[in-house]
Parts: sequence; structure tokens; C-alpha cells
Amino acid sequence: MKKIEAIIKPFKLQDVKEALNEMGVQGMTVTEVKGFGRQKGHTEIYRGSEYTVDFLPKVKIETVLPDDIATKAVEAIIKAAKTGKIGDGKVFVSSIEDAWRIRTDDRNNDAL
Amino acid sequence: MMRAQMESIHRSQRKFSWIALGLGLLPVSALAQDSGGPTVSNGDNAWMLLSTGLVLMMTAPGLILFYGGLVRTKNVLSTMMHSLILMAAMSVLWMVFGYSVAFGEGNAFFGNPAQYFFLKDVGTTPNADYAATIPHQTFMLFQMMFVIITPALISGAVAERIKFSAYLLFIVLWVTIVYLPLCHMVWGKGGYFNWALGGQMPVLDFAGGTVVHISSGVAALVCAIMLGKRDGFPNEPMMPHNVVYSLIGTGLLWVGWFGFNAGSALNAGELATRAFSATHFSAAAAALSWATVEWLLKGKPSVLGVASGMVAGLATITPASGFVTIPSAVIIGLAAGVGCYLAVTKLKSTFGYDDSLDVFGVHGIGSIIGMLLVGVLASVEVNPAIAATYQAGGAPVSLAGSAGQFFNQLKAVLFTIVLSGAASFIILKIVDKTVGLRVDIEDESVGLDLSQHGERAYNE
Repeated sequence: MKKIEAIIKPFKLQDVKEALNEMGVQGMTVTEVKGFGRQKGHTEIYRGSEYTVDFLPKVKIETVLPDDIATKAVEAIIKAAKTGKIGDGKVFVSSIEDAWRIRTDDRNNDAL
Repeated sequence: MMRAQMESIHRSQRKFSWIALGLGLLPVSALAQDSGGPTVSNGDNAWMLLSTGLVLMMTAPGLILFYGGLVRTKNVLSTMMHSLILMAAMSVLWMVFGYSVAFGEGNAFFGNPAQYFFLKDVGTTPNADYAATIPHQTFMLFQMMFVIITPALISGAVAERIKFSAYLLFIVLWVTIVYLPLCHMVWGKGGYFNWALGGQMPVLDFAGGTVVHISSGVAALVCAIMLGKRDGFPNEPMMPHNVVYSLIGTGLLWVGWFGFNAGSALNAGELATRAFSATHFSAAAAALSWATVEWLLKGKPSVLGVASGMVAGLATITPASGFVTIPSAVIIGLAAGVGCYLAVTKLKSTFGYDDSLDVFGVHGIGSIIGMLLVGVLASVEVNPAIAATYQAGGAPVSLAGSAGQFFNQLKAVLFTIVLSGAASFIILKIVDKTVGLRVDIEDESVGLDLSQHGERAYNE
């Protein structure tokens, strides 16, 4: 099992969700997050006082998938979230040891 | 405010005063032919009661929203409280002795506190010295709204770090030592600067350039310096938490200011219309000039900038509103937008003080500009009373725009700066030694809403 964490531009959330749904991904967790990478922040000016806003709003999608479809899912996310401009985000993939579904006690791939 | 009284006196039955002053410009009212005492005009009283309400609306919710939007989420309630509590505290102070010190008969510097103690003898019979066609009580109520909003303006400089007890103590002392005497000197009978009622140096201040805006602006600057910067200023971002509140507040302030300035005519006559026009066009011009300078220097015209320009234009025209033509008001407004923009950006960053909500930059600098410009731009056509009411050595002196009047205005401005600056410094020292000025660093970081009042503005 792999966990995919994708940090993307908020307005791309709908596209990414649809792309994952189409390839059969059945669930995901979405969190509104803030952060910065190479895009850095932006400047806001209130009555002449300039403030640098370092942390920009992003959306983090987390989903855990069977090994065989994880790479395909990452490709789908990248395709859907790409604008080609700085600040598109990142995708991280890690291994998951165990998974349970609380309602049925299903384990691992059955629980996903 | 008293600058209107030639008209008021005239509109009542005091023909003798009128003729004696030799101003035969207005027709004597047919209603005012007989009986001895002054008569209330229902029309004037209606306008003055409405104006009184409008001026209170400037404090709540006008200033409450304007200031409340500019602070951070954790200090919204405390900032609003700084204005809200004064509606209660200043009303009581005014009732007990404030009105008497400001408008009682005394010397050139303050009125007799016993004369109207607990508003004794302030009934419905007009006080012909101040406003001959409205109940004395209406005049008292109208003036009360000024003593509420003036110290509330100061609160913008102490926001997000002052102890609530220290704030209250400071305001009560400041109003007693600075506001009431200054009010008497400019508008009270026999006041030193009162050109219309036996003053010694004629100063044009229609609705409160010295009394309200310069006095509070300078006090704010001294408070900001003595209180010190907010923790993290200027490196940490301290952005307004809700600019929308501030914009709603701006609208309420603008509308309320019609009561403040046009109401200062103290009747519903021509002068009220003149002051209304000057107020409106100055605010409009200042909004445009602030936004233009910001657009040129920073690349974008900000919404808060337009709102700040409006308030700057309103504060700046305040002393001039009943004395200047519409084109002069536009000139004053344009100067206000540019001058106040530079004050809140360049001046503040050069000296590094944390006047958190720019009270000095907008109200102090604005009204200094207005006080000086009215010395040059005051027009006899707008306010015929300034032609000859003031007398020096038995001869009438015109107060229309001139070098001499400019210097009178300058002296009054300097006097106000020194009085409010020195008194604020001493009062702050006293408050610091007794209750302490600032909350501790932990309370400041939690925010004043929780640490001073045990509440939060936004739950869930």
C-alpha cells in the first residue's frame, strides 16, 4: 500500500478529484494548508505598510491506494494539477504498513 | 459652533443685538416680533436633535467598526470597547461637571464647574449666547457627543496593548485637563480663542479642528511613543482582520460628519448647508488624492486607502467647514489626502512610532492642515458673521483669509499641540506609576479580548 500526499493549488482540487475518481480511486482526505516553496509569498499593503505574506494557501490531498495503481494515480494527479507555473505543488509517496476499516474490521487492501 | 450665533440671535427676537452689531443682512423673522425671552424654533431643534444623533452614530457604530476592523482578531472587542465605554463614561462626566467646565461662564480658560453642576439650569429655554433658537438642553446634548468621540479617537493609538484600567484613567484625566478647557477656550463664552463671544485672540475653528482632532491626534502620538510598540511591530505582519468592517465604519463616519459639521451651525439655516457642502466635497477630494498618490507610489489604489482618504478629508475640513466655499473645500480635501498619506507612511516609518491605527497621521495632521488653510481661505460670503463680529480696540476686525488670520490659526495650533502633548505626557506618567500602562507580554500575545475582558469576538 502506498500513501499519496499531493499539495496542489486550491483551484485545481476539483480537477484532481475528478481525475482520481475516473481511475477508480474511491476515497481521499482533503485539508486546507498553508506553506511556501519556490513560489515564496506575496506582498500586501495596508495604509502604506507593506507586509510579506510567506505562507500561501494550498490544498493537501491524502489517499492510500494498493501498490498496483499508485503510480497511475500520481500521474493522474500531476496531469490534472499542472498549470506549468511556479507554485503548482508537490506529490509525495510513502509506504503504508497496515490499514483497517473500522466498520467491518477489513484489513489492508480490503480496507482501502 | 458659536460662529453661527449671529444668525441665531438674529433669527430670534433679540433685534437690539442684531442692530447694534450693524449686520443688517438677514430679514428679521416675523415670528420673532413680540415677547421677551428667546423662542425655540421647532425646525432648528429638529435638525439639531438629528445632528446630535448623527454625531453619536460616528462613535457607535462608525468608529467602532472603523477601528475594530483594523486590528487583529484577538483584539477586536477590546478596541470596540475603547469607544463603547466612553458613550457611558463621558456622558456621566459631562452631566456631572464636564458641560459646566466647557460652557459655564468663567475665565478665558475654563468655565465655572458649579454653574451647571449636574446640569442644573440646563433646561429648554435657549441659551442665547450659544444657540438662541434651540433648547439649551439640545445644545448640551449636541456638545456631549463631541466629548464622547474625541477621546475615542485616541484609542486607535493605544490599541492591542493598553491595560483597560489605564485607558479609563487616562481618558478621564485627559478630558478633564485638556478637552474641557480647550473646548471652553474655543467655543465657551469669554473663551480665549472665541472670536464670537468675547475672546482675546480670534481663531476660526468651526467644528473642532483644535478641540477635537488636533488635541486627540497629538495625545495619540504621545500615547503611542510612551506606550511603546506592540510586540513584534513592525516586523511581524499585523494586518487589519476585517477591512469590510472598516469600510462600513467609513460610510457611517461620513454620514455622521454631516451632523458634526453642518450641525455645528447650531441651526437649520444657510450656514448648515454651506458646512454640509464643504464637508462632502472635501471628503470626496481627499479620497481621490490619497488614492492617486498611493497608486503612483505603490502601484495599486487600495480600498482601505480610499476609505482613509475620506476620513482624512472629513477631519481636515472640520475646522473650516462653516467658513469656506466649495472650491476651497476641494483644495483643502486634496491637501488632506496627500498630507495624511505621507504622514501615515513616510512620517511614521521615519520616526518608527507605533500609532497603530494612525490617529495622529489622519486626525492630527489633517486638522493642522485644515486649521492653517482656513486662515487663508475663510470667506465672508460663506459666513458673514466673520466680517465684523470680532472687535479689537473698539473697531471691528474681519477674519476673512489673510496673513494675520493665518498666524492666529498657527498660534492656536501650536497652543493645542503643546497643551495636549504636555498634559498627555504628565497624565501617562501618573497612570504608569499608579496602575501601569501596558498589559504584560503574555496577555498581549493572548490578545486583549481574552486578557482584559474574558471574551472572544469570534467563536466556532
